[in-house]
Amino acid sequence: MQFVDFLQAVFVTPFVSMWDNPEFLLEVLIGGLLSGVMYSLVALGFVLIYKASGVFNFAQGTMVLFAALTFVGLLERGLPVWAAFGLTAIAMIVLAFLIERLVLRPLVNQEQIILFMATIGLSYVLDGFGEMVWGGDVHALDIGIPKDPLIIGGVLVNEFDLVAAGVCGVLVAALAVFFQKTAVGRALRAVADDHQAALSVGIPLKNIWVIVWAVAGIVGLVSGILWGSNLGVQFSISLVALKALPVLILGGFTSVPGAIVGGLIVGGGEKVAEVFWGPATGGAIEDWFAYALALVFLMFRPQGLFGERIIERV
Amino acid sequence: MEFRKLWCVAVALAAFGFGMAAEQALAQNEQFVPRLVYRTGPYAPNGIPFADGYADYLDMINARDGGVGHVKMTYEECETGYDNAKGVECYERLKNHAPTGASWVDPLSTGITYALLERTTADHIPLISMGYGRADASYGAVFPYTFTYPTTYWDGADTIITYIAQQEGGVDKLKGKKIALVYHDSAYGKEPITTLEALAKQDGFTFLKFAVSPPGIDQKATWLQIRQQKPNYVLMWGWGVMNSTAVKEAAAVGYPMDHFIGIWWSGGEPDVVPAGAAGKGYKAAQFTGVGADYPVIKDILKYVYGAGKGKTTKDKVGEVLYNRGVANAIYDTEALRTAQAKYGAKPLTGEQIQYGFEHLNLTTQRIAALGAEGLLQPVSISCSNHEGGGNTRITQWDGKAWHFVSGWIEPHHDMIRQMFQDSALAYAKEKNITPRDCSKVAQLH
Amino acid sequence: MLYREAGQFKTSYVADQAIFPIRQDRYLALAALVVAYVAVPILGTQYWLLTIMIPFLVYSLAAIGLNILTGYAGQVSLGTGGFMAVGAFATYKIATAFPWMNIVVVFILAGLITAGVGMLFGWPSLRIKGFYLAVATLASQFFLIWMFNKFPWFTNYTASGVISAPPRAVFGNFFVTGAEASPVYKYIFVLTSVVILAFLAKNLVRGRVGRSWMAIRDMDIAAEIIGIQPLQTKLLAFAVSSFYCGISGAMWAFIYTGAVEPLAFDIDRSFQILFMIIIGGLGSILGSFLGAAFITLLPIFLEYTPVSLGFNIPINYISNAQSMIFGALIVFFLIVEPRGLARLWQIGKEKLRMWPFPY
Repeated sequence: MQFVDFLQAVFVTPFVSMWDNPEFLLEVLIGGLLSGVMYSLVALGFVLIYKASGVFNFAQGTMVLFAALTFVGLLERGLPVWAAFGLTAIAMIVLAFLIERLVLRPLVNQEQIILFMATIGLSYVLDGFGEMVWGGDVHALDIGIPKDPLIIGGVLVNEFDLVAAGVCGVLVAALAVFFQKTAVGRALRAVADDHQAALSVGIPLKNIWVIVWAVAGIVGLVSGILWGSNLGVQFSISLVALKALPVLILGGFTSVPGAIVGGLIVGGGEKVAEVFWGPATGGAIEDWFAYALALVFLMFRPQGLFGERIIERV
Repeated sequence: MEFRKLWCVAVALAAFGFGMAAEQALAQNEQFVPRLVYRTGPYAPNGIPFADGYADYLDMINARDGGVGHVKMTYEECETGYDNAKGVECYERLKNHAPTGASWVDPLSTGITYALLERTTADHIPLISMGYGRADASYGAVFPYTFTYPTTYWDGADTIITYIAQQEGGVDKLKGKKIALVYHDSAYGKEPITTLEALAKQDGFTFLKFAVSPPGIDQKATWLQIRQQKPNYVLMWGWGVMNSTAVKEAAAVGYPMDHFIGIWWSGGEPDVVPAGAAGKGYKAAQFTGVGADYPVIKDILKYVYGAGKGKTTKDKVGEVLYNRGVANAIYDTEALRTAQAKYGAKPLTGEQIQYGFEHLNLTTQRIAALGAEGLLQPVSISCSNHEGGGNTRITQWDGKAWHFVSGWIEPHHDMIRQMFQDSALAYAKEKNITPRDCSKVAQLH
Repeated sequence: MLYREAGQFKTSYVADQAIFPIRQDRYLALAALVVAYVAVPILGTQYWLLTIMIPFLVYSLAAIGLNILTGYAGQVSLGTGGFMAVGAFATYKIATAFPWMNIVVVFILAGLITAGVGMLFGWPSLRIKGFYLAVATLASQFFLIWMFNKFPWFTNYTASGVISAPPRAVFGNFFVTGAEASPVYKYIFVLTSVVILAFLAKNLVRGRVGRSWMAIRDMDIAAEIIGIQPLQTKLLAFAVSSFYCGISGAMWAFIYTGAVEPLAFDIDRSFQILFMIIIGGLGSILGSFLGAAFITLLPIFLEYTPVSLGFNIPINYISNAQSMIFGALIVFFLIVEPRGLARLWQIGKEKLRMWPFPY
């Protein structure tokens, strides 16, 4: 009967096929972990901004798209890679400046939901502006990242994913050094801890916000280049933000290691679920599975794995 | 609010109200076509060249011939962004935009087609869903105002299987093979499934389905499964970013590209360009010609781009989707000509043009006279057959351009047309529609 | 001068607790109803009725639903689209399974089913709060859309997965769905439903239930301490909100577009409704209407004004400019009046009480 088949497909078949094909399981798991790293890159931008300014920046996906569009637009106009990167980074810094001036400063002290809605408005503005300036076509992006498949011990791994994982690792290490060792990094951590206290020791909030949004913008540029190499630079890149949200919930909104670990868990989990449990229901369960996974984690740790414990006072 | 601000708001509102109320007074001798396009949003890379091709052809006809039957063609583009509600809004706004109303509507979206189907039937305006939309609308007895020429998804699925059989050396060689379908998990992507399942049962191959949730930017799981299950051929019904991602992932898992065949909406330049060299060898089924080597395309370059009025750049003329837009415009204007043959060379209403569509008989000679030989296939539409053709050709991407690698492949007309009829009659029953009696509808040919 | 409440004395508790205690307000509301019922159908073109008034009303219903959940009860939800989809598909299944049932009953049953689904997806709200809840509701959004896409039972096994509304009449010959439905009947039907449901919502939020929601929103731990049970209250908020969203989705599918696929209720729809209540005003029934009107009319306004003023701008520029202006307006509104259009209305009324005197 159909229901019994369904139960079998959910509780028996996946484990049987995992047992029969351990290399395939490994392949799917590794592929998932690596694609999770790509999500983490986007989630990093969210975390940076939330940590320092308490704003859930819905426009992060659009910033990734905008950075990628500018980068590829400059490349197409003949600039060498390093110049395009530099100019785009400057553009993102200017953008951060404008955002702080026009959006954040007038909305200081407003509730989180208001700031969240403001970033949604911002994402519409950036979307329209990016498309108006650079057009709606697909742009191929190729800066020489190798894309060939490698077979290691019977398991397929793609070179591109390894490069992306490497880049992410370098980026996280660089951010860790930035936060721990530099004065600006310390100031950022102070602001993330307590705005009032930071103000009272003389840390200029406005400048901190510009810096943190600029850093998030550059992180967005790196993710944009990687995702653009993967998909071609087009509007749909801004949709990767939706894939990064479960990563954020899992890892906690305020934790950089959380974003990485969350990404790994979500990426690996959703791929394994899609491949082994997907056939039970016809497939394409990836999207909601990631969110459901995050939801289950949340029930046990409402602030995410590494997030700050939420203390409410009456 | 200050008085001045209030005044500005009032002026803006007045302009709005005035604009809404005033109808543009069109000159008498014009035929108006509302153009529902999407030039923004996630599907813009596919929507833009199509809209450009269509508009350029109309401009060329006006410049070279003075219009169709000396009636000038006018059009107004309305941005739908591939959203159903906006498509409905655009249609409602533009349908009465001229003394004779809208001539026909081509939404270029399956979702919008469904949303407009009942409205256009009630408003007596032909709805053209060229190679998309409701495949069973080909049974015109139930759908008098909906036309699906020159082919539908069900025909497409059938012809691709026939091509595979040709490649394998005969239909009997299909037995025991595995054929997979990677599809966009939406109305559009699910269309071929019933046909493919029927063919699997008939020809003896195993049919595997892989759904990709929209928009399809992450297909690693799908392609790892394909690598595991090793189907002999993979078909794709994708749209937008799903196409380019699929081509890339297929290359990333090392799937042989020449066994990877997409449907016509997965076979344009935006779909293969992002993959770069990895996409070489990917095939797609098309129902229109590729390249700029047709007299009619050359005419467009001469009369429209020569006068500096083209909608896009010259290097984009001849792209797959651009040509499809041109083909759509050619079919539509030929239907208008057919209607003018009966009702006279003047601006016609939607109802009169429906006659033209329903009696469109575009022969090979006429296509050659138009300078479109190889760009279009001949169609012969009648009351019960609004699809009129059904053939497809397979093209292959060589890294720089698309080339034909097969001749026109015919579908199994009897089987497919029976499927159209069954499905359409089921729809009629659900909606309490009495199908027309086609023997009573006058035949022109 | 116009808006003086001097001389209006209430002589009974009932009169004191009226929704519109001031006589001028009552007249204004009555006038609005008269305009809506009489002037709009007579003067409105088919375009206005079908593509502006009906979507405005359908959206306001969904906005009321989301406002109850997010504005009154404080549970941020991004799953509105999914609940609208539940309403639409439930209506389709019931209408096709029981063709003899009156469409009004079908809508109400679909709303109740959506309420049940809403309660189910509302369980996490007991443990998760704030943004985490918002992102968790996205799980319900994606799951519901996936479910309707995946199981052909919901669409009665059509090849394409699009449901198309069968023709139904409210009574006699007054068809409100399907091809023969006249725009005027459709409009009157939707208008009446929205008026009744808005009235019910207004009374709900003014009463004990609404106050318990607002207590949960403001300080849920303190509310629990004084005896408001969080489980029941939050679940009730989800249930009522989903009821409204379900009916809104049902009307969207059956009356507004006539044919719908699950993707019509995807995350963009949820965001759209969220915009409406933010711009209209969280925690206000009037705000839901104002926000819905703003979001419905703005794109059309932005598209039409350049054309009518004679500028011939290519449509993709207009579309992109629209997106930018839309976003900028949202930010502008949030800066200028974070409590939305409803608050601006309130301020207007307060100033009107003094007019023409400055203080």
